[in-house]
Amino acid sequence: MILWFTLTQIAVACAAGLFCVVAGLAGRRPSDWTVGSLLLVELLLIAQVIVAIIAPLAGNPPTGDLLEFWVYLISAVLLPIGGTAWALLDRTRWSTVILGVIGLSLAIMLWRMQAIWTLQVA
Amino acid sequence: MTPPVEGVVERKMDDAMSHTVSRTRMTGIGRVLVIVYAVMALAATGRSFVQIVRRFDEAPLAYSLSALAAVVYILATLALVLAHRRGWYTVAWVAIVFELTGVVVVGALSLLAPALFGHDSVWSYFGMGYLFVPLVLPVFGLWWLRTHRPTGEKA
Repeated sequence: MILWFTLTQIAVACAAGLFCVVAGLAGRRPSDWTVGSLLLVELLLIAQVIVAIIAPLAGNPPTGDLLEFWVYLISAVLLPIGGTAWALLDRTRWSTVILGVIGLSLAIMLWRMQAIWTLQVA
Repeated sequence: MTPPVEGVVERKMDDAMSHTVSRTRMTGIGRVLVIVYAVMALAATGRSFVQIVRRFDEAPLAYSLSALAAVVYILATLALVLAHRRGWYTVAWVAIVFELTGVVVVGALSLLAPALFGHDSVWSYFGMGYLFVPLVLPVFGLWWLRTHRPTGEKA
């Protein structure tokens, strides 16, 4: 896995997460900005999927459990989709908080993925 | 003639709206709770799936508990969504009390008997691997259930 790419994703996920939690607690309903920040995280995750397919073929094999890595990655890709669907259905400030909670969970999951790929010994 | 009437109507609407807002605010927090439960259910299910497929024989007891925890998280998520119905309200209580017991008992056992329970699961070390969310969540869940009894029937 590519360290700088993971770190970028974690930074973006943390920023989006904090932004949405703060906006939600300040009473904002889901907006283009809050939903958009989570969609940016989603785009990076889809890029991560492509990286994870290509990396082992390009001489960057995982040291840890590939199955565990993919369970994390697929869950991570599904979370922003679920959160966005929720935000579209339930247009209250709490949906914005939910977007933020998802962003912060993703940051933790991204670090776990990096650890499985590079630090964990299967 | 019409302006004063409109004013009254508007004020009434305002009252009604602020009332609705304060109500949705409470159910709103409940929604955050449901989502956090859903995320925990997903995390616990994913993890126990990997553990059982890859290394069940290393710690059958801990990994079975891990799977059981996942099932209870899914049940609790569903029950919280449907908690306004009486039957499901009880299910939510049972599921969340079970979780609280699980995280406290397994958390203690993972320190006392690490050979049996020292393997990663949502509950080991009081949910440390999940930032202690598994420990805090049931308390928050029980508080929410207490303040949101199903309306109509009061026991």
